[in-house]
Amino acid sequence: MPTVHFTDTEGTTRDIDANPGDSVMETAVRNGVPGIVAECGGSLSCATCHVFVAENQLDELDEMSEMEDEMLYGTTEDREDNSRLSCQLKITEDTDLHVTTPETQV
Amino acid sequence: MSTTQESTTAEAAGSTAATAAGTSTTHTETGMLIVGASQAGVQLAISLRGTGFEEPITLLGEEDHRPYQRPALSKEFLQGKVDKENLIFRSAEYWDEHDITLVKNSRIERIEKKPDGSGTALATDGQEHPFLRIALAVGARARPLQVPGADLTGVSYLRSADDALDLKGRLDEFTDVVVIGGGFIGLEVACSLHGMGKTTTVLEHGSRLIGRAVGEETSDYFLKAHRERGVDIVLNSRVESLVDSGNGTVSGVKLEDGTFVPAQLVIVGIGVIPNTGLAEQMGLEVDNGIVVDGYALASDGSTIAVGDVANMPNPLPGSPEGERIRLESVNNAIEHAKVAAYSVSGRREEYAGIPWFWSNQADMKLQIAGLSMGFDSTVVRRVDDKGKFTVLYYREGQIIAADCVNTPLDFMAVRAALGKNQQIPAEAAADPDVMLKSLVVDREDTR
Ligand SMILES: Cc1cc2nc3c(=O)[nH]c(=O)nc-3n(C[C@H](O)[C@H](O)[C@H](O)COP(=O)(O)OP(=O)(O)OC[C@H]3O[C@@H](n4cnc5c(N)ncnc54)[C@H](O)[C@@H]3O)c2cc1C
Ligand code: FES
Repeated sequence: MPTVHFTDTEGTTRDIDANPGDSVMETAVRNGVPGIVAECGGSLSCATCHVFVAENQLDELDEMSEMEDEMLYGTTEDREDNSRLSCQLKITEDTDLHVTTPETQV
Repeated sequence: MSTTQESTTAEAAGSTAATAAGTSTTHTETGMLIVGASQAGVQLAISLRGTGFEEPITLLGEEDHRPYQRPALSKEFLQGKVDKENLIFRSAEYWDEHDITLVKNSRIERIEKKPDGSGTALATDGQEHPFLRIALAVGARARPLQVPGADLTGVSYLRSADDALDLKGRLDEFTDVVVIGGGFIGLEVACSLHGMGKTTTVLEHGSRLIGRAVGEETSDYFLKAHRERGVDIVLNSRVESLVDSGNGTVSGVKLEDGTFVPAQLVIVGIGVIPNTGLAEQMGLEVDNGIVVDGYALASDGSTIAVGDVANMPNPLPGSPEGERIRLESVNNAIEHAKVAAYSVSGRREEYAGIPWFWSNQADMKLQIAGLSMGFDSTVVRRVDDKGKFTVLYYREGQIIAADCVNTPLDFMAVRAALGKNQQIPAEAAADPDVMLKSLVVDREDTR
């Protein structure tokens, strides 16, 4: 089963089983993972689903759109090279993704 | 009994075993009864737990669905890009783990409240829900069209998942659609259906599109953009009646000037009416919504009212003293519910967020930061000819809002500046090649 590992700023990790086809954001929200707000419900409008993806997994991800790139300039916690908006990360059969949630989204 | 209990907690199971349909049953007293299980009610339940509220919480709604998000109904859901399951807020386990009892398919028709804030809510199915404290998160309903023929089959509204499911089920039955109302919902539905190959006409009563929410430049931009994409838009249109095809279904719309626009489907999107019935029955002050103070408290000082149903002080920093507003947005439902949760937990915080809103229409993403009401000048930034467009709104020289079409950088810059009570000087902002973020300065005058 695909799994997403969410680590918060204090270092606590929650491993969540995910459904293929869902986004990383949806997986987080449905299970109430703290640190993901996702006001716009995945429509790439709010930038409150910001995560940092494990450096060694960046290549596995689909490339980001120009819109996502621009939105990332407005995240509450400054973007890093491994920043992504989790609503844009789709889960596949063999996803085993490690992400860190920022201290704050708003 | 039609009430659905979605909880495994002992509390819920306690005294709820109704014996026969219609039998009145009194539930165990809940600490907080939240009436309305949508964006605001859901957030209130979550935030109450987040702020350390320990009493049992009951989240009750009349819809027979697990609480879901509405915005996609007119967009991604209608277009078939996501299904209902994607719109569900939280898994059932989440509610159980947080000791929040979810009651679906139950409509509260009367509330008896004592002066100390406690009382009993009575549902139409005979269930009684005693509470220590109550919150009204009952939102708004679609404003009904009042012309002859408005009740014909084929005339739809889009407020709930049931509306959207019904609409989706009938997509094959029509080729021509008329959307009455050129606001957000109307335009979103129109371009969703146009994108699916339907001949689409929008009839707008006013002289411009989305007149309530955006200024003239943005209205004009959308008018041109939608027409270019093939949606027919008629401004200043007066609907006289909806025409019966002969068997009780709609065949089109007749305008006062005699024009007939054929349609097998008519979708009405002419705004919403806040659900203030319960509040009125409780004797609360009501004026275009339930009147609340800066802590989301109604006029009795204990009932909470949050989200679309609440008429509250304008939360934007620097707004004129005493100005009140009712906002219809996800962001407001969330922020307002948080304020209410703080207020219940004794950590009072006034609502001073930066309201924002989004709408997706065809390939255009509109993001609005702040509230443009009361603006006295605008600055238009056309960033390039690839459909990017921003309008900045100023009041007495201070920036108060922005409409951003496909310009997330501008949106983010304005939202952040407003949040920090900062200023973006108008003259410099007119140059689209300059990044707004680089222009932000502290306000000289914080009023
Ligand atoms: C199609 C559509 C698209 C939208 N798009 C956007 C968008 O892109 N961006 C955005 O910011 N906002 C959008 N909105 C607005 C947003 O969905 C609302 O602002 C938000 O849902 C308000 O939340 P609420 O909880 O206050 O009210 P509501 O969502 O209206 O919920 C109120 C709930 O209370 C229930 N209820 C009412 N009376 C009773 C009763 N007596 N007993 C029991 N239950 C009761 C209702 O059935 C309903 O479920 C859209 C809305 C719609 C309909
Ligand atoms: S959920 Fe809003 S941008 Fe991802």
